[in-house]
Formats: sequence, C-alpha cells, structure tokens
Amino acid sequence: MGLLKTFKLGGIHPPEEKRSKDQAIEVLPIPKVAYIPFSQHLGAPAKVIVNRGDLVKTGQLIAKQEGFISANIHSSVSGKVKKIDNVIDASGYRRPVVVIDVEGDEWVDGIIRTDEIKKEVMLSQKEIIDKINENGVVGLGGATFPSYVKLMVPDGKKAEVLIINGVECEPYLTSDHRLMLEKGEEILVGTKILMMALGVKRAMIGIENNKPDAIEHLTKLAANFKGIEVHALKVKYPQGAEKQLIKALTGREVPSAKLPIEVGAVVNNAGTAFAVYEAVQKNKPLFERVVTLTGKSVKKPSNFKVRIGTPISDLIEAAGGLPDDTGKIIGGGPMMGKSLSSVDVPVVKGTSGILIMPDAEAGRKEVQNCIRCSRCVTVCPMGLEPYLIEKTVIVEDFERTENERVMDCIECGSCQYTCPANRPLLDYLRLGKNKVGFIMRTRSKR
Amino acid sequence: MDEIIIYAVISLGAVGGAAAIILYFVAQKFKVIEDPRIDLVEEALPAANCGGCGFAGCRAFAEATVKQGEDENNLEGLNCPVGGNDVMADVAKILDLEANEVDPLIAVVRCNGGKINSPQKVVYDGASNCTFVHNLFGGEGGCPNGCLGLGECVDACDFEAIFMNPETGLPEVNDKCVACGACVEACPRDIIELRPVGKKSRRIFVSCINIEKGGPAKKNCEVACIGCSKCFKVCKFDAITMKNNLAYIDGEKCVLCRKCVTECPTHAIHELNFPPRRVKTGDKDKNEAKTVLKVKHPAQENAVVGTVKLTEKVKVEEQAAKKDDNKIEDKLN
Amino acid sequence: MELLKISGSPHIHTDNSVKKLMYGVIYAMIPAILVSVYFFGLDAVRVMLISVVACLMIEYLVEKYLIKGNGSITDGSAVITGILLAFNVPSNLPWHIIVIGAIVAIGIAKMSFGGLGKNLFNPALVGRVFLLISFPVQMTSWPVPKPMFAASLTDAITGPTPLGALKEELKKQGATVQKIMEDGISFIQDGEKVVYHIPSTIDQVMGNMGGSLGEVSAIALLIGAAYMLIRKIITWEIPLAYLGTVVVFAGVLWMANPEQFVNPLFHLVTGGLMLGAFFMATDMVSSPMSSKGQLVFGVGLGVLTVLIRVFGAYPEGVSFAILIMNAFVPLIDRGFKPVRFGEVVKIKG
Repeated sequence: MGLLKTFKLGGIHPPEEKRSKDQAIEVLPIPKVAYIPFSQHLGAPAKVIVNRGDLVKTGQLIAKQEGFISANIHSSVSGKVKKIDNVIDASGYRRPVVVIDVEGDEWVDGIIRTDEIKKEVMLSQKEIIDKINENGVVGLGGATFPSYVKLMVPDGKKAEVLIINGVECEPYLTSDHRLMLEKGEEILVGTKILMMALGVKRAMIGIENNKPDAIEHLTKLAANFKGIEVHALKVKYPQGAEKQLIKALTGREVPSAKLPIEVGAVVNNAGTAFAVYEAVQKNKPLFERVVTLTGKSVKKPSNFKVRIGTPISDLIEAAGGLPDDTGKIIGGGPMMGKSLSSVDVPVVKGTSGILIMPDAEAGRKEVQNCIRCSRCVTVCPMGLEPYLIEKTVIVEDFERTENERVMDCIECGSCQYTCPANRPLLDYLRLGKNKVGFIMRTRSKR
Repeated sequence: MDEIIIYAVISLGAVGGAAAIILYFVAQKFKVIEDPRIDLVEEALPAANCGGCGFAGCRAFAEATVKQGEDENNLEGLNCPVGGNDVMADVAKILDLEANEVDPLIAVVRCNGGKINSPQKVVYDGASNCTFVHNLFGGEGGCPNGCLGLGECVDACDFEAIFMNPETGLPEVNDKCVACGACVEACPRDIIELRPVGKKSRRIFVSCINIEKGGPAKKNCEVACIGCSKCFKVCKFDAITMKNNLAYIDGEKCVLCRKCVTECPTHAIHELNFPPRRVKTGDKDKNEAKTVLKVKHPAQENAVVGTVKLTEKVKVEEQAAKKDDNKIEDKLN
Repeated sequence: MELLKISGSPHIHTDNSVKKLMYGVIYAMIPAILVSVYFFGLDAVRVMLISVVACLMIEYLVEKYLIKGNGSITDGSAVITGILLAFNVPSNLPWHIIVIGAIVAIGIAKMSFGGLGKNLFNPALVGRVFLLISFPVQMTSWPVPKPMFAASLTDAITGPTPLGALKEELKKQGATVQKIMEDGISFIQDGEKVVYHIPSTIDQVMGNMGGSLGEVSAIALLIGAAYMLIRKIITWEIPLAYLGTVVVFAGVLWMANPEQFVNPLFHLVTGGLMLGAFFMATDMVSSPMSSKGQLVFGVGLGVLTVLIRVFGAYPEGVSFAILIMNAFVPLIDRGFKPVRFGEVVKIKG
C-alpha cells in the first residue's frame, strides 16, 4: 500500500484501545422499562403525541418532529406508557422522557423483520427523503443531525460526492467497525440509497487503516456497486470529523463557517447508512442501534444492539457489571464523549458507545503554567492557537477570542490531550465559543 | 565653547517655539466644546466605572444625565446605584433639576443549596468556571438551577461585596454591595437578584429558584422550594406569587410580617437582619419547632452573632420590631 | 464506590508532561557535559555544580518567600538553566560570579516574570550576558583545554577562543584569513612570546579548543540535539533556519571576500552556535509558537549572529542574537499565525 490518505493539518495519535473489536454484535434483551427522551437529535425537541396509559407498539410514532431541524421519535418497545417524566440524560440535566412499561414485543405492521437483504430501490428521490424523515433517522456518529435535512441540497449548491464515514477515529469505540463487518452489504445498499437521494454518482467510504478486515470486506462487496469506492486512511485523530474527512478523501477544504455542501460533499456515518437502509428498505424506524460498551476494567467489552431508551445500567450488567474502580462513565468516546452523571441515563440515537474509565485515569492532572511548547498549535486540525484563545477567554477579552476564530474550533480535544502542562484548553475554548456565540447572536439581533 | 552653548540654546529654543505654535493651532483646530456641567457631574459621581447604571462608565453616565436634563428636563430612569440617592441629589443640584428618589437595592443570593444542603452527587473536575459547568451538566448537587459554587460572581464584583463561603460553597453578599448588577450578569443561572434593601436592611425572600416539581427538587436539595403554595396562602398582602413550582416574594409589596418564613416546610424562605423571635408561651413548642431552622442562612447566622455583640442596639431594634409586629397584627385583624 | 467524576472532554491525556520534557532536555545535555569534563577537568564539574545548586536554591527561596508558587522546583527547569548557565561561562570562573549569574538568571529573568512559562527571555542567557558585561575580564579568559583530568582547579593556562583570536587579528593591517590560519597568532603573555594556532576543523568539531564549557564540542551537542528531535522535545524549524541562515549569510560574505571573511563551516562549529541553536534558541518559553514564526525567528537569529560576529564589537554573537530575538517573539506570534483550515479555499460571493 502506498502513501495513505489523511488530512494535513495537525492531528494526534492517542492509544487505540479497541478492546471490543473482535466481539460480534450481541442483541441486548429488551429492557423492563424504557425511557425514551423527546430530544435525541440536534434541533427542536419532538412533540409528544402519546398520553399516560396509552398502549404503544414497537416502532410506533410517539413524538412528532417540530419544525425543520427536528426528528420523529418512535417507541423502541411495546407496552404501556407509564408516565411522562424527567430523567437525567447525557446532557447532565433532567429532560423529559416517555416512560414505557414493557409488555412483550409487538411490532408495528409494515416493518419487515427478516434479515434478507433487499437491494433494489424502487423509489423516487423525494420518496426516499420522506421515508428517511418519517422514520426518524439522524446522524449516528454523535452529532445526531437529522439526516433528511442533510439530503436536501440547498438551492444553488450541488452535491458531487457522498462520503461515508467509517473512520471511527475515537479510541475504544468499535460499533461502526463491527457494523461494517457484519452488515457490510446493508451499508452499501444504504449508501446507494443516499446517493440516489442526493443525485450523486460517486460515493467514497473512508476507513482508517487500523480496521484492515473492514476495508477488505467492504472493498470486496463494493465491486458490485457502481460508483462506491472504499478508501483506506492513515490512522490519525480527528479524521472522523466532517471537515477533516472531506479533506482527507477529496483534498477539498470546507471554508470557515461553511457547510460541507460548499465543496460539494455530504458526509454520513456508516451507522447512518445502515439506519437509512433499514428505514427505506425495511420500513423500520430508528429505534435501535449498536453501542460499544468498553473500558479498561470492564470484564467483557462488547458491542450490543440496543433498543433506544434502555438505561445504560442494563448494558453494564450485560458486560459483566460495573467495575469497582469506576471513576467516570462516558457517553461516546474518550476524546469527545460526555461524562454521565448516573448509570440510569438512557441510550439515545447518538450513543455510539459507553466507556467506563477507572478512577485512576478519570481525573484531571494538576494544571501548570503554559510553557509555550506550541504542541497545541501543532496538533490543532483547524490551525487555531488554543493557548492564545484560552488566555483571551481567561481575561475575558472576547473580541480577541472571536478574532482568533474560536468558532472554527471543532472541539476535538487534541490540544488538551497533548498539553504537557495539563491545561484545560478545551474547557476554555468551549467557554469562549459559548460567550462569543452569545455576543454574535445579540449582535445579529440588533 | 561659548559658541556651542549659544547655538544649542538658540536652536533648541527655536524648535521649542515652533512646536508650541503648531500645538497651539492644532489645539484650536480640534477643540471640543463640551458642556462644563459634564465635568461637574462626573466629579460628583463615585468614579467606580462599574457600569451599574447601564452606561459604559461614569463619564458616559454624566454625559447622559446632562443630555437628558437638557432634552427632557428630568432625570427619570437615571440612577447611580453606587452613589445612591445622595449622589443623585447632588447631580440634580448641579443640573438644577428634581432628583427622583429610588429605593436602594442590594444583591441577594437566591440559593441555599451549596455543599451542605445539596451534597455532591458527582464530582466536577475541570476549569473552574460557572458558565462552563452550567453548559456541561446540572451541577454537582444535581439541582439544575442551583449555585455551582465556582465564584464567577465574586470575580465580577468590583466592590469586594460578594465572597464565597468555603463552608457552604455559596456566595455571600455583604453591606458593601452597591447593586451595580455585575454579579447578576455574571451568574449563568440567574441566581442573584437585586432586591430592595428594606427597612433596617430587613429582607424576606425565597432562597431558591428551582422550578422543578417538589419531589425531584427536594431530592436534590434539602432546602428547595417545593412549590407547595403554603406561603402563598398565608400571605395577606398579595406579595407572594407562584410560578413554575416556585414561590416569589415581591419585595415592594412585602410588609415583612414573617408569616411565610415560619410557614415554609423546607425553610426555603429567609429573613435577614431580623431580631430573634418572641416566643409565645401558649404554643411554645410549635413555634420553636418552626423557627429553629435546620440550616441557617449564612447571613442570618451573622445576624445572630450581631445580637450577641451588640446587645444594646438589638434591644432597641427588638422593641421596634415588636411595635412593627403589633402594627402588622393589627392590620391582619 | 467513589462518586462519579464529571468533566468536559477529552477524557484521556497524553503521558507527556512538563517534567518529562525538561528531563528530556537534561538527558540531551549529557554528551556535552561529558565532553566538557573531559576537556576542562574538575573545573567543569565545579562550575556546573555551583551553577545548578545556586539556581535550584534561588528558585526555592523565591518560591518560598516571594511568589508562593506551587513548587516548580522539581520540574527540572531550574536544573536546565543551571547547566546552560554553566555551559556559557569559562571553566575558571570564580564561584561568586557564577552565583551572581544564577541570581540574575533565575531571580530576575525567570521568577520575577512569574516563573516557568512566563519569562520573556531565556534565563540562562540573561545571566550570561549580565556576567559578560559586568565581569568582562573573568568572562573572557578561556582556559586552554587539556584532555582528561589534567587541568587543576587553580592555575589553568588561558588562551583565546578561535573566534575571538581571529577577529582581533583581522583588525590588523594586511591580515588575511589564510595567513592567520597558517601562521598562527603571536602575542605576548607573561613576558613570553606565544604563538596561538587556530585549531583544526576536526579539533573544532570535537571540542578541543578554548571557549565556554558547553559550546566547544559541536559533535556532542549534535548527539543531544538528535535525541531531542527524535523524542520531539524540540522541533526542527528553529535550529534549521538558524544554522541555515548562518551558513548562507557567512557563505555570501566569504565568497565575496575570502581574505577578510572566514568560511561558513568555521562559523558553524566555533563559538556557541550549536549550543545556542539547539539548546537555547529552542527554549519553548521564549520562542514563537507557530512553525512559520519559528522559521522567521531562526532566520533573524542567523542574521543577527553573523552581523555581531563579523561587524560587531564582540567576537561572539549567539547570546545577544537570541536575547534580541526573544524580545521580538510576541510580535512574531502576532504576525505569523499558523495556516488555518479552510483559509486556502477562496469562495466567491
């Protein structure tokens, strides 16, 4: 293999720790009680359409999208709506959920439950997009942006290439990896559907070189699909970030503060492609997903197929119980995931993994003076100067913070990971983004 | 030798003279004609440049007062919270206008959770900044509205009027507060409120802003307002309103009768700077049970300390309070 | 179970630390330390010990009584400053002068700015330049190196450095570089006529010449530099730009007039250039952040060094060049930003 493609600017290489990469996807038993949040996506929360005491079936719509950037939410279980309550979710706040007491597992009519792969797509562009929207498909990489919005190319722009993100550059996580190995063909059909929806002739699947089995498997399968290419990429974090992936695969740079469509690219996660396949070909709404449960002291790191709304304690139980030395539970990967404040947090559409960190590694190290080693500048994939932005935020010179283009920050955490003085760079960058965002909003209102 | 000195003096003198002439003309050319009263007003102001008046600084406030005085012949809406009514009276005198009296305000921390009443459920580890934590998660104590205890309000204060109490992990306001509003701005959870200072600095307020239902609120915090409406029912002056499971006492309408304080089952309503209560002999037990607060508000504790030290003064105040109470009771009857 | 921890991402951290970086630099200086002990004997050990101990003491005292720091004494930065200060002085320097140098280096140039990370100038060089200006005689009497532990602690024979000797001699009427190289330089010392021969290139590279402790052996410094580059403690930008500029600038002068200007190789291996380029200009605290800025910094250093060496009053210009460029670092940081993602593409409208 020659020189592998990757993005040019910055990047780090944290230890991969893909402990669960050889564990086949296991189907987790349906929970006794499901907690299904209204807001599992970016944008406006969905509006609940069920009431207390209602009987719902698996796959039934329980919350309807509100507004353009929003998504439908379906019941992941069958049973009786116990109440509409608030529970702590990944955001760390108590948010409204529909609590459902599970009784059996009766699915809504029309969902095809066989594993048979259905390749032919007989739908028009609009029908596909409508189906994706109806079935509540959102980006499963973590940002949970409603997928149908991405597929509607704005006027004056033209999509040229579809990029399927199979990078999974976060350490520990393996859910996309397993999915690509076990549901490769389905992902390719999903890719084809997405290509049709966008009206593009070309799709590129980017996979990092630490997953040679997935690359081989998909390359072999992709020979039967016209226009789909599989590309091996050099292992480098944060290659899974949209802009970095586009740069790595196509060499194009998405301009600052612009969307990928600006350079004719649309990026979707491999998991999303699978969800699209299920939604369009099997009429199956997005109510389950693959979640990696892993960690250094976890007895049995695994990949589970989980119903949305399952409390993560069920997953932890299935993987051998919560280790005694647990110090932190992270929803997502170690670089960008959110630390969770309880084990009762339900799995949502955006949960790609649950990482359990031992106490010894969970805490921050003592913060020292910045020694201006310039490592944060070197690793920043956006070419920012995190040390400088941190300083401007600390002294509350937000005008300067804005001028140093804090809003370009993709919050990948490379700077903080690499800082030898253990400075909380990303904490301050986030704070800067928050404050500058607020200032910008007030300014545009005026 | 002499020649050198002479030449040096002449040339330097010439340069100096030329510069003086240029400077004179430039100064004439760019002269800004300003109302001299702006300077006078500015001098009368406390020069804290805190921005509490809503202007960029004392100078800007002075300009605004002079302008409004000129245009509208009043000083309505203009108030220097630091200087208070005295300074505004001086300003009005300079401008030959009527000063409008404003009731003085003070910052009040409306959370009594902290480390003691809302113990840690998780541990936060990272940059010490309230806004960041507010965006990250609900807070160590679990209350989504409660004080995060990282002291952004303390950093914002220019008057050394607010400090963190390390024991409770809550900020406390002292009497240096000028109600400039900097801490109110700084707090990402809007816990701090500017309230009327009240007669003899006596204040009654709900020390909670949690809008959750009673159950979860109480679970997170011992002293949360659980929205039971008991205080609302007991108040005869319409000073208490209920909204989003939370009671709010209107400082203007409150007559400081303290009925609600004793009524509150979670001790979420606080009284500040009141003398100790009289204990009625009849229902002594009942009264005691209600007046002895589980965890006293920090400021209240100070008040108690005060009574020990300043017995004389307190006695006088106590009598005054008795009178007040009697009056109120008369009103009630 | 302990309470769960909550923090913003990322949740993992590199095992690199300030301490590791600092000790890495110290390990990289070991070859140069060994060479200096080999050539200057116990005197070298004496100077380095005094310097390191003095630096540590002063950092400790300042932290304890003045700025109440959090004990940065163990992070190794004071040790580096101590060794670098020792590297920059002759081996026969009296102990009290070394201590004064340490006070200036740590007390004034480092701690008064707020400790590690806050200093504008390289502390060791501030100490060195302070000594050079305050004690010019002691600071410029260079003991002649005597391989192995021959040199005693008291009466070492002193001689000039190649750079200094050449510069002095070139000022004379009719002197050319070639003539000096061949005939040597004769001068009167203690009533005797002594002829000083400029050391051969091999001797220069190995370190067998007069000079400060650490600057004599280019090869030992290069070994240390290679270690630091491999461990990614320093980046290639500053040393390469610095040395490259010196070679180009000195080369241009040499080609223009080989009689008056010495060849670039001579510049490269004599004086403190190697030491400065790899160990002092690369000091993270006082060098620019972006790689473009670092290149500019290096070029500036090269130009200044050659200018001072060839046209200035001092034979050696590395220390001054680095200090002058240190002062420009904030400006360079403002002017030379890293390449930003999404800036290359120009979108119309």
